[in-house]
Amino acid sequence: MSLEQGDIAKLARLARIRISEESSEELRQRISDILGMIDTMQAVNTDAVDPMANPHDATQRLRADVVTEVDQRDDFQRIAPATEDGLYLVPKVID
Amino acid sequence: MPSHTVADLLRGLAAGDFSSEEITQQYLDAIADRDGQINSFITVTREQALEQARAADNARQRGNAGALCGLPIAHKDIFCTEGVRTSCASKMLDNFIAPYSATVVNNMASAGAVMLGKTNLDEFAMGSSNETSYYGTVRNPWNTDRVPGGSSGGSAAAIAAGLAPAATGTDTGGSIRQPAALCGLTGLKPTYGRVSRYGMIAFASSLDQAGPMARSAEDCALLLQSMAGFDERDSTSMDVRVDDYAGALDQDLRGLKIGLPKEYFSAGLDPAIGDAVHAALEEYRKMGAETVEISLPHTELAVPCYYVIAPAEASTNLSRFDGVRYGYRCENPADLDDLYTRSREEGFGEEVKRRILVGTYALSAGFYDAYYRKAQQIRRLIKQDFTDAFKQVDIIAGPTTPNPAFGIGEKVSDPVTMYLEDIYTIAVNLAGLPALSMPVGFAGELPAGMQLIGRDFDEGRLLAAAHQYQQRSDWHLRTAPDCA
Repeated sequence: MSLEQGDIAKLARLARIRISEESSEELRQRISDILGMIDTMQAVNTDAVDPMANPHDATQRLRADVVTEVDQRDDFQRIAPATEDGLYLVPKVID
Repeated sequence: MPSHTVADLLRGLAAGDFSSEEITQQYLDAIADRDGQINSFITVTREQALEQARAADNARQRGNAGALCGLPIAHKDIFCTEGVRTSCASKMLDNFIAPYSATVVNNMASAGAVMLGKTNLDEFAMGSSNETSYYGTVRNPWNTDRVPGGSSGGSAAAIAAGLAPAATGTDTGGSIRQPAALCGLTGLKPTYGRVSRYGMIAFASSLDQAGPMARSAEDCALLLQSMAGFDERDSTSMDVRVDDYAGALDQDLRGLKIGLPKEYFSAGLDPAIGDAVHAALEEYRKMGAETVEISLPHTELAVPCYYVIAPAEASTNLSRFDGVRYGYRCENPADLDDLYTRSREEGFGEEVKRRILVGTYALSAGFYDAYYRKAQQIRRLIKQDFTDAFKQVDIIAGPTTPNPAFGIGEKVSDPVTMYLEDIYTIAVNLAGLPALSMPVGFAGELPAGMQLIGRDFDEGRLLAAAHQYQQRSDWHLRTAPDCA
């Protein structure tokens, strides 16, 4: 699978990573190489095989629907880049 | 002191031959003297270590010594440690002081272990060479022009250089076993769900597993005993009884059936590693084990399958690093989108970005069935290969890596070649099985590792099989030049 430049731009947008123009071509080549290696699995017929998401085929364990978390907002916000009055600050979204 | 095993140190501490404070000080001095060459630590927690050591000595005097009381260890810098920077070797988390500790860290601290510091790794554990760390490449103590392996390369190099007797690691595709092999150590990846993932920064959640790295199988048994166990805070933790690993090391191996996958001994295997593995297998036959050739027919699909599942899960897990709540934030963001995209551009290294983009591709509309679903189907075929093999044999053995430690810079520019270094270790993670690597000789001056793979939750048998071999060999006690 060989990617086009436009594919890299689309992936970068989906992944919310800015990709500079200088690094875009090398990235396209490397990712195309990786996808080429991955594509060897397409040769195998898996029509009758159930996908495996967990190696023990286990599902997520559920707990009782009660509040267990304690308030750690101050601890968590101490390491935040910018906060005010208990809120996380980001650039203005709505004018 | 540097070449002492965990078992030696625990015996010496119990006998009062030395205090925890004394040996902790010696390891801290060794780190200060020699880690400049190796770069195995990102953070050394000198004061806290000495404080913990004194507390351990006091606890012992009061007759209150836990299983690891006073033992200095290092934690891979992927485990959250309350109040201590937890960087995951990324610029993204260079300023991240963890607000809580991982269950593994708490479990080992409760047993009395003393933390020397946090070891280097490939950024977010994505790599097989420790060259992708924001804090620089780690060097292999056996030859400092070579890589130590990865991603737990700092943990491996620290032990091999005599800077710590043991360390924690994590293994998503071989990240405990491959560096253990390349640095001449014993390292165990437990069964998926055996050790809690709580507080371990997630790379690929259905593959990640924490485990011990040390000189011997006996050491790994002692460490795993404290690390393992059910944890309600990890929704994939398995509620399965923890065996007495150290107590079961003295097993008679007569009648043990060892499967040798023909796919693991094919072209591409370094002949010296092949010879070392065959010589070790001969020892097993002398101990009364039987070796049988088996086949794991989907072996070649493990690397492509892994490089869909691991990046897909990584792209999801790493979406949390957004420059808003913690970690790196770019300077002067123009708007919210600029804040996200530039923080992630500047905060992540090249390999991490590549994997996020590959994962994003595999999960994107129109490609999901062809990539992610397909890889999950192949994952089942790979697991089935092992299930079939374990109907005939008790354990599976083969080389851990196709090559000994490669040169720094040799493969870093070619991801696909680097990925293929993990050909023998990756399938085990996809299948969720336990596996260990132990030293079985040398390829020239560089250590060669053999991998033992077991059934689900059969860590005890693997450790016993490795221990029996180590009773008849001394590869695990060899030390790197200038590190004795």
